[in-house]
Amino acid sequence: MSLLSVRDLSLTFRAAPILSGVSFDIAPGEVFGLVGESGSGKSMTALAVMGLLPNGSTTSGQAGFAGENLLSLTERRMTAIRGNEIGMIFQEPMTALNPMKTIGDQVAETLLIHRAASRTEARTTAREKLARVGLPEDRFPLSLYPHELSGGQRQRVAIAMAIALRPRLLIADEPTTALDVTTQAQILDLLKGLTRDEDMALMLITHDLAVVAGMAEHVAVMQAGQIVEQGATEAVFRTRSQDYTRRLFAASDHRPVRKTTVREGTLLAVEGAVREYTLPRPSAFAPHPKLRAVDDVSLTIRPGESLGLVGESGCGKSTLTRAILGLDQLQSGAIRLDGQAVSAGHTMPAGLRARMQVVFQDPYGSFNPRHRVARLVAEPFHLTGTPPDARDRVAAALEEVGLQAGDMDRFIHEFSGGQRQRIAIARALIIRPDLIVLDEAVSALDVRVRAQVLDLLARLQESHGLAYLFISHDLSVVRSITDRVLVMQSGRIVEEGATEEIFAAPHHAYTKRLITATPRIPDDWKEDSHARRT
Amino acid sequence: MRLAFTLGLALSLAALSATLVSLVWTPYDVTTLSIANKLQPPSPDHWLGTDHFGRDIASMLMAGARTSIAVALVAVGIGMGLGVPLGLLAAANRGSMTDEVVMRSNDLIFAFPSLVIAILITAVFGPSAVNAIIAIGIFNIPVFARFTRGGALSLWTLDYIRAAEVAGKGRVRISAEHILPNIANLLIVQGTIQFSLGILAEAGLSYVGLGAQPPTPSWGRMLAEAQTMATIAPHVAIFPGLAIVLTVLGLNLLGDGLRDRLDPRLRHAP
Repeated sequence: MSLLSVRDLSLTFRAAPILSGVSFDIAPGEVFGLVGESGSGKSMTALAVMGLLPNGSTTSGQAGFAGENLLSLTERRMTAIRGNEIGMIFQEPMTALNPMKTIGDQVAETLLIHRAASRTEARTTAREKLARVGLPEDRFPLSLYPHELSGGQRQRVAIAMAIALRPRLLIADEPTTALDVTTQAQILDLLKGLTRDEDMALMLITHDLAVVAGMAEHVAVMQAGQIVEQGATEAVFRTRSQDYTRRLFAASDHRPVRKTTVREGTLLAVEGAVREYTLPRPSAFAPHPKLRAVDDVSLTIRPGESLGLVGESGCGKSTLTRAILGLDQLQSGAIRLDGQAVSAGHTMPAGLRARMQVVFQDPYGSFNPRHRVARLVAEPFHLTGTPPDARDRVAAALEEVGLQAGDMDRFIHEFSGGQRQRIAIARALIIRPDLIVLDEAVSALDVRVRAQVLDLLARLQESHGLAYLFISHDLSVVRSITDRVLVMQSGRIVEEGATEEIFAAPHHAYTKRLITATPRIPDDWKEDSHARRT
Repeated sequence: MRLAFTLGLALSLAALSATLVSLVWTPYDVTTLSIANKLQPPSPDHWLGTDHFGRDIASMLMAGARTSIAVALVAVGIGMGLGVPLGLLAAANRGSMTDEVVMRSNDLIFAFPSLVIAILITAVFGPSAVNAIIAIGIFNIPVFARFTRGGALSLWTLDYIRAAEVAGKGRVRISAEHILPNIANLLIVQGTIQFSLGILAEAGLSYVGLGAQPPTPSWGRMLAEAQTMATIAPHVAIFPGLAIVLTVLGLNLLGDGLRDRLDPRLRHAP
């Protein structure tokens, strides 16, 4: 007897087909994983079940829940079900809570809306639920506001709101994608515990196969609005009968073939870097507190080397990157590129700046939407002076990253996320720098696109003898593309060494914690298919 | 969308061409009074009728457009010309002393309504259309400065600005090349709103006798003078009122349409 039974669900949005023939069952108390790349229809499936589709959508098929077809209920009946019997949490904990209301009021509100309790009872239940999700009363009173909590804590509040009425089904749409790896592990643990203790089913939507592997009993793989394969998680992962599943798998722990030649000498040297920020006064006459974002950091990169820098958000990676790129002044310490001092502002010679370029995380925010690709890619020529063959150079750079010369006359919104990231790499390459800083450069990409971009980076490093500073919170990616790795925590480098050695035998407790927290697909699940293929 | 833009363009061009034609020709001379012909309803001789001095309203509107549009245009020009660079400067140096000085001076100007500034200027230099322009223009500066700063601040956090910094571009260059084009659509819309407010402000100043002085016609003064006669000869009030409404409407539609046309992301949209 299944709790939710979706049969032949199809969805069109303004005449464009979004979902077709989606069928799956979720049993009471089970964890059901829905995996696929962005745009595959995972979130739309969840929204269809919740009756939260955007205007202009038409659905057909059935979504049976407790004897009713969710797709044909009135909005009035749906509001009674939402929150009460089906709860939902979203990806972005930073915007999921109302910043003007205390966390206690927000959790209690769910109960009050459904008239499940009086005001006093609602606050008592809110207190219990917050304690249940790991926010005990002594440290997290009901009177706290969302801005006083970290991202992981906010996601816990969102979960407390979703489970306040003990729903029978919780839909979690990428609940940990915006969180750090150790926080992710805690939230996943919490969700797993909740399904066990509260007899609640969980529909876990994610792009991360490893997360599903550790959580779900059943899994469905979605591609272009259809479920291509589903079944018990272990069986699906072991057999991978569908081509698409195989490709997703291959991409998720793809290791580009790297042939790097690290040359002698020092390209970049950071010595005793310190960067402090002055925070606002806590009260009118108190002194300004200081935050030491980068605390006595030293590192070196050799020509042609690929260095990884890992750490969680807020550890000082970004501040250090800004200083290395000459965008931000250090309070003490020195940064040298090939022996010349790097400094912020106009004091840094253009010729020196031209030897370093950067690729950012967000493929959507990295380009001025008003310029054509030719102008975007040519921007770094500002440092070297525009050569007479600038257009040819742009064309060559685009071809190098796997695009066409003709793309240079198009606007950036005409490209997909992966293509944009290729354009960002072309922009970094055009003035032939020695060092490219890759600031979470593949974190926002789907697994298959990420694998292609990693291959591209490996190929370019080999052909151009580039050095990379690869900054990421994703350990598996760092492992696949770097020679040496630094682990950063609270502004300090806590461990440093050859990538393979660190991953095989971490010494520092923090590194160990990071590595254990990273979700993994069990090794023996992978082996089966290798055995089958050979 | 396209219809709205075309309508806006047509209305704005109509107002503009009336202004230009009035420079060389109007159906009747607007300085000649003919009391015998006063308050006549629209007729083949006088298309829009005559006012209480017997002047041809169509001719008055054409000549008045000159004052109203010129005052509003120059006032918006002053506001944009000074306000936008100040806003860009404040955003590029956000949090610094420059930012504070610029924004607090704006607050100071904001504290005086344009009417008070106009009275101040009139008290010193005497009433005239030029002084009305200056008063409305000064009032426009902080509007554009704040607007520009607000739009620019959110852009300064984006990665393509960082990419430009990495490419060694300075604050002025980045402001001109990346920030300004991306807030231009906001500025165009705000510009058309300020333009219509300028026409209304000129009408208001002329009404209290601080704007254009007789015999220079202006839409605002025509409306003010017609107020007492609206019950006996409604056309005297209706036509200047319509002229103001249609011009303002046309400018707003034009602004909206221009914004969509200037944005490459919306240009190819169906």
